[in-house]
Amino acid sequence: MRLRLQVNGSQREAEAREHESLLTVLRERLGLWGSKNACEQGECGSCSVLIDGDLVCACLVLAGAAQGRDVRTVEDLAAGEHLHPVQRAFVDAGAVQCGFCTPGFIVATAALLRDNPEPSDAEIREALSGNICRCTGYGKILEAVHRSAAQGYTS
Amino acid sequence: MTLLAGGTDLMVDLNFGRKRPEHVVAIDRVPELAHLERNGHVRMGAGVTYTRMLAEDVGSAALREAARTVGSPQIRNVGTLGGNVATSSPAGDTLPVLAALDAVVVLRSKQGERRVPFAHFMTGPKKNVRRADELVIGAEWDDAGPAQTFMKAGTRNAMVIAIAGLALVVDRSRKRVGVGLGSCGPTILRASQAEGFAAAIFEAHGWDRHLTPSEAELKEFGRLVATAARPIDDVRGTAAYRRHVLAVMGERALSRVWSMT
Ligand SMILES: Cc1cc2nc3c(=O)[nH]c(=O)nc-3n(C[C@H](O)[C@H](O)[C@H](O)COP(=O)(O)OP(=O)(O)OC[C@H]3O[C@@H](n4cnc5c(N)ncnc54)[C@H](O)[C@@H]3O)c2cc1C
Ligand code: FES
Ligand code: FES
Repeated sequence: MRLRLQVNGSQREAEAREHESLLTVLRERLGLWGSKNACEQGECGSCSVLIDGDLVCACLVLAGAAQGRDVRTVEDLAAGEHLHPVQRAFVDAGAVQCGFCTPGFIVATAALLRDNPEPSDAEIREALSGNICRCTGYGKILEAVHRSAAQGYTS
Repeated sequence: MTLLAGGTDLMVDLNFGRKRPEHVVAIDRVPELAHLERNGHVRMGAGVTYTRMLAEDVGSAALREAARTVGSPQIRNVGTLGGNVATSSPAGDTLPVLAALDAVVVLRSKQGERRVPFAHFMTGPKKNVRRADELVIGAEWDDAGPAQTFMKAGTRNAMVIAIAGLALVVDRSRKRVGVGLGSCGPTILRASQAEGFAAAIFEAHGWDRHLTPSEAELKEFGRLVATAARPIDDVRGTAAYRRHVLAVMGERALSRVWSMT
């Protein structure tokens, strides 16, 4: 099945199998490996992307149903070699261990700070409750979100 | 033909090869299914997401509380009322609320519209009376006022399938009490003895007043809630734990809504 998708601001075409998720199409057909595949059941958040601005799990989106929508992946955040402030903050805070969960956390954090530039600890925990880190670096992740929020005013 | 709304139930089945539908029809962008009207009587379209239930006044405080416990932001942004109703899991969090509200499920096909009281809609775990050619259009209920609440027991606060869920609605103007129980039987159960017991107390004290119930009354209400359950032992919890937690939630729910007018 031929799909036409709007990904990170450009029109992309891809051949997808029936029932294929947006996550599979992004990774295996479009070479966008930033969104990770871990559970394929919406539990871990490592595949988080924005669709029409809403934070969703790409593994729970039928690729065909994403046609005509604005899809934004983690690859959309950095400007070339220049890291996005949220990415910079995760590096600086040491919030990245194995790094598998990181793209999902970064997309979710960027979505949070867009809507709520000064989140409390409780608000951060709630906003990131759909993202799981198996290395359990949650303390550092929380710190990274606070750092990103602070940077929002300085960068 | 299989319908796709938010995809949070269906896509899991597709990803794991449990379903291989020949045709999938996406209904997530059908504006007619996203309606929300309330003026004493609430009509909520099947396409209303949990995130919308939290952002807007949806005509049921208990439904908002239930929506808040669903999954994670990613799930709430796309998961819908219609998907929860159509899936009809005993652990579906909106369902005890619909039961307690005496809600009606509205179904439509080329043959016309059917309005099925929620009590007759679900027939077993993931089973309901919807025919394959019918669309869930939405649910309707009478606005029952502020005295209502939802509670859910699980292993953590986020991303948890209920071990037991309870919705309590005290409709002071219509003089009725509704108690819906989730995850403790093959369908959503109503605790009718508990409902009658609470209604009698309100009848005696006055429906529009807030009086503090006695310890003994709260305990008895909790006990009656627990006796309505038909729980099983499963991976999430034992039947005995479910009865225990329902009694505790029943007590707490009644003491919480007592003062809400
Ligand atoms: C990680 C995760 C966590 C979850 N947590 C919870 C939770 O805490 N509580 C809870 O209750 N649920 C939970 N769920 C289950 C799910 O999110 C809900 O049941 C949700 O409401 C399903 O809605 P949907 O729009 O995504 O349905 P879909 O997956 O699109 O559809 C579900 C089923 O309903 C049918 N359908 C959908 N809309 C209609 C309609 N209008 N008419 C007829 N049939 C229709 C579809 O064909 C399909 O069979 C969770 C799911 C995941 C993946
Ligand atoms: S891979 Fe999508 S949530 Fe885990
Ligand atoms: S850093 Fe390893 S899973 Fe989060």
